[in-house]
Amino acid sequence: MTWPLSYLSASGLRAAKVVPLTWYMLIVSIVVCLVIGIILWAAVRRSRPEDRAVELRDVPVERGGAGIRWISVGLLISALPLVAALIWTMVALAAVAGPPRNPGLILDITGRQWWWQVQYAGSQPLDVFDTANEIHIPVGVAVLIRLHGGDVIHSFWVPQLSGKTDTIPGQTNLSWIEADHPGRYLGQCTEFCGYQHAHMQFEVVADSPAEFERWISMQRQAAAAPTTPEATRGRDLVEYRCGLCHRVRGTEAGAISAPDLTHLMSRRTLAAGTLLNNPGNLVGWIQNPQNIKPGSLMPDQFLSAQQLSDTLAYLETLK
Amino acid sequence: MMAPELRRLAIGTDTVEHEARLLELWETRPGIGGFFSTVDHKEIGIRYVVTAFVFLALGGLEALVIRLQLAGPNLSILTPDEYNQFFSTHGMTMIFLYAAPILSGFSNYLWPLLLGSRDMAFPRLNALSYWIYLASGLFLYAGFLTGNGPNDGWFNYVPYASRDYNPGLNQDFYALGMVFLGISTTVGAANFIVSFFRTRAPGMSINRVPIMVWGTLTASVANLLVVPAVSLAFFMLWMDRQFGTHFFDPAGGGQPLLWQHLFWLFGHPWVYAIVLPAMGMVSDGLPVFCRRPLVGYSLVALATVATMILGFGVWVHHMFATGLPGLGLAFFSGASILITLPSAVAVFAWLATIWLGRPVITTAFLFFSSMILLFVIGGVSGFMTASVPVDWQLTDTYFVVAHIHYVLIGINVFPVAGAVYFWFPKMTGRLLDERLGRWNFWIMFLGFNLAFLPMHLTGLLGMPRRVYTYADYGGWGTLNLITSIGSFVFAVGVLLLFVNVVKSLRSGAVAGKNPWDAPTLEWAVPSPPPVYNFAVIPTVSSRHPLWEDRLGAEGGRSILDRGLLLASGKETIGTTGLDAEPLMVLEMAEDSFAPFALTLGLSLFFVGLLLRSWTLTGVGAASAAFALLAWLWPQRALDERERGRA
Amino acid sequence: MPELAAATQPKSLPVGPVGRRGVGWWGVSTLILSELALFGYLFFAYFYTGATAPPGWLIDPAPSLKLALPNTVLLLASSVIVWLGERSIRRGGRAGAQAAFAIAFLIGGAFVAIQWLEWSSKPFRLGTSSYASLYFVTGGLHIAHVIAGLLVLAALFWWTCLDYFSVRRHLVVAAGALYWHFVSLVSVLVLFTFYVTPYLGFGR
Repeated sequence: MTWPLSYLSASGLRAAKVVPLTWYMLIVSIVVCLVIGIILWAAVRRSRPEDRAVELRDVPVERGGAGIRWISVGLLISALPLVAALIWTMVALAAVAGPPRNPGLILDITGRQWWWQVQYAGSQPLDVFDTANEIHIPVGVAVLIRLHGGDVIHSFWVPQLSGKTDTIPGQTNLSWIEADHPGRYLGQCTEFCGYQHAHMQFEVVADSPAEFERWISMQRQAAAAPTTPEATRGRDLVEYRCGLCHRVRGTEAGAISAPDLTHLMSRRTLAAGTLLNNPGNLVGWIQNPQNIKPGSLMPDQFLSAQQLSDTLAYLETLK
Repeated sequence: MMAPELRRLAIGTDTVEHEARLLELWETRPGIGGFFSTVDHKEIGIRYVVTAFVFLALGGLEALVIRLQLAGPNLSILTPDEYNQFFSTHGMTMIFLYAAPILSGFSNYLWPLLLGSRDMAFPRLNALSYWIYLASGLFLYAGFLTGNGPNDGWFNYVPYASRDYNPGLNQDFYALGMVFLGISTTVGAANFIVSFFRTRAPGMSINRVPIMVWGTLTASVANLLVVPAVSLAFFMLWMDRQFGTHFFDPAGGGQPLLWQHLFWLFGHPWVYAIVLPAMGMVSDGLPVFCRRPLVGYSLVALATVATMILGFGVWVHHMFATGLPGLGLAFFSGASILITLPSAVAVFAWLATIWLGRPVITTAFLFFSSMILLFVIGGVSGFMTASVPVDWQLTDTYFVVAHIHYVLIGINVFPVAGAVYFWFPKMTGRLLDERLGRWNFWIMFLGFNLAFLPMHLTGLLGMPRRVYTYADYGGWGTLNLITSIGSFVFAVGVLLLFVNVVKSLRSGAVAGKNPWDAPTLEWAVPSPPPVYNFAVIPTVSSRHPLWEDRLGAEGGRSILDRGLLLASGKETIGTTGLDAEPLMVLEMAEDSFAPFALTLGLSLFFVGLLLRSWTLTGVGAASAAFALLAWLWPQRALDERERGRA
Repeated sequence: MPELAAATQPKSLPVGPVGRRGVGWWGVSTLILSELALFGYLFFAYFYTGATAPPGWLIDPAPSLKLALPNTVLLLASSVIVWLGERSIRRGGRAGAQAAFAIAFLIGGAFVAIQWLEWSSKPFRLGTSSYASLYFVTGGLHIAHVIAGLLVLAALFWWTCLDYFSVRRHLVVAAGALYWHFVSLVSVLVLFTFYVTPYLGFGR
């Protein structure tokens, strides 16, 4: 999509119900500006040639017509599209506000500096898993999103699917999305949250139901054991270093203050949409995150070349 | 109770001796002493205007740096931390240190002249409001210039503003500086309110008062009631940061949204306070260039008040995305849509005035009339954001940035520029250069629209705000480049205003009393006015005293050449609140160092709090208390104590 | 036109403030209104935080009125005394006013001391929770205003001793008294908010 964050069109039910109202208000606004502009232009142009001599004293002062009609008629005409917008607003609000009564999927999403923690529920505790920044949903299913504030206030916004809802510490806000057709929909944090607010994106991936089942069952699995010596050394390093903040299910790395890396390679981007997920970027990010996202909470790692290649070898198994 | 002491007041015409006597009574002593002790409202007004323009320039430079950083995708002219301080300081500067003070400055200068009075009700309080404005502005900028500028936007949401996420001094500078500045705003508001109800010329009933006065009065009443909300919010933030209170942090039972409620309870009325007086300037200035009275004066005055009253009931529209219950959202959405209507009254009144009048194109006219279009553009984008479901897409994108700049620049800066062209001759005795003025106007107008009109599109295409950089989705880069170029063009335009002022101070054409043949009282006195404004107190019988001969006033003529002389002391006339009937003689305070001394004491106090030096805080508080005591000490000259006693 | 005639005919008007009539009184009133708004926002913060907090927010669901109520009554009594003092000056007296301001000052001082006593006996501190913070900061800002009021009373006492005031000229006294009444009023509002509404069911 040329403008992935535009909301003048929509790919999801919740956003789609607002698009016509948005266009209506936009068109009314443009028309009003044009009309007023034309009236203003005409009014100014009515100045007579003999009055353009600039010597004000020579242009007589007159009481002139009362002109009250301008105000009453103007207000009356303005009130019509205004009241229409008011009513339409209430209708649209009623249609989109309420979370669905029977959501097909419930997600718990926590806004953190500067990434999105996404938790999928499950009927059994072992089915619960976390991922980061890339949210998969089945097409045509209403998804309830419970938004939690992790540190400061962030705002969850995926314009093609839904308007914004803040994540606020101390309370749970509700949002919902339902994608019309398969695709990748870009989202962005839209409440100023510090240094890397600009680089806090996420992606909602709407899969066909079969694709979604495949994805979720894969995500539920723990990480496979490494098979090569490099990958084994890499795993040990990940447990020892990365495990201070990250978790990889199936290993000793079990911290939860940073994104869950168990299926890192299944994600299209890194660092909340800042980089495409490929080996070069991954290595660059691990070694020097401060260069890419200055101020981010992941410190530079100062790994040796061997350590980096071992780490990469292991991480590449986390599909 | 004994009968009050009455004095038989002399009535007469102006004479040379009378003027000499008034000069002796009112003149500020020259030199450094006079500089720090003057209570002359015109001097204070000019200081406000000059200081506010300095802050406008600083805020403008900050904006240009921001626009350089955003001129293309993924630039690194500024680090994220620097960017955050730049955009936050830009907002703080423009909204707090320019937009309100510039209007206070014009109001301070003009009110007594517009109202036919010799001074505001509280001359020393007037001086205090300026000194505190200057001191708090310097305090706030000391933060920015030492790398400790505000860094959480001008709106400063918690928890990001709390100690956990913002450990440096940035927030402390901002919080304490704003509490300090709030004192200036509050005492200024009190001065305007009491002056409105007591210091109008005889006969100037409230339906004869210039619209600008209505605008400033309305803004002042609002400020009086809402500034405590933001001062409290900043105080609570400082307490959370310094003393471990839990107003805002959920871990201690606090409420992050409490900040937003307190801030916007203040913030929304504030944005009306920074445009209503400017709209009043247009309502008073535009008719002069249309050679006719304003259409619908009473409706415009009522609409001014109505807009502000409604303005108290819409603050939640800044919080639509915070998860509030639907019923509340619906109410505030409805109110926010409907508030467009009273705002629109002025627009139609202005259009009618131009259409039904005989417009004469001058630079002032160009600024006053073009703002009508800019107002409407800002107004309709506001209308769009008033609808909750639409706002859920628009909010926090560049669409809102476009909106706020159209309303702030369109309804504050453009009228102020017009006001400069209109009243500069009165203030200085010289006219601004009209040719340069045309260049000034057109470059500002074209630059501004080039910068901000495309920004609506940038926002509709989804670019979020408050980002230090962005990826180039389908032309964001081009749109941002256009905006950046436009902003530099606009800056050149603003520079031309300053150039014109400096140039014309020296070599502008002599203005005379009434270069615009305008109707209101300030044009009846010399340019610049004598320190006492009116040698003889005017008696007013219409809205347009100087046009009565041509408008065929029904009901007597205003009398400007004969009236109360009031030269027994530094005096002006006090009149009743609604009908302005003479009530009492008001004795005006002499020049005094107390306001400046009080400001110094308060500055020490706030610096002490910032540095957590309780000694300094104590010294500051004690000095402030002493200065206040000296100020309030009952004076015989002001009849605060009985003559001849102790 | 009557107003025009009046303006061009010699007239006699009072000069300067007489009794309570003067711009100074209005100026102080507007500033007091602003300070009253400040307390309004503090109460808003209390009710908002309490209403959105989970149960158990009220550290003490039945706050003891043992000290708070008499203390408030004491302050109200001092307000009456200040009013009497102002009345004495309005009637040309001096000794009565001196006594009134001095007694009110002492009562005010006692109020501060008793408040301090009550605070020391509370089981929570400033940083214990949001309830505690609101309690102490609201009370603290009130006490700050009381202390400022004590300075006002001291000044009024001093100036009365200097025999500054008369039947006509005592606007400063009226303004100072108004400030003290404002401080008393706020103490009643603080009492109601923090000590009475819990019994009415708020915050439990």
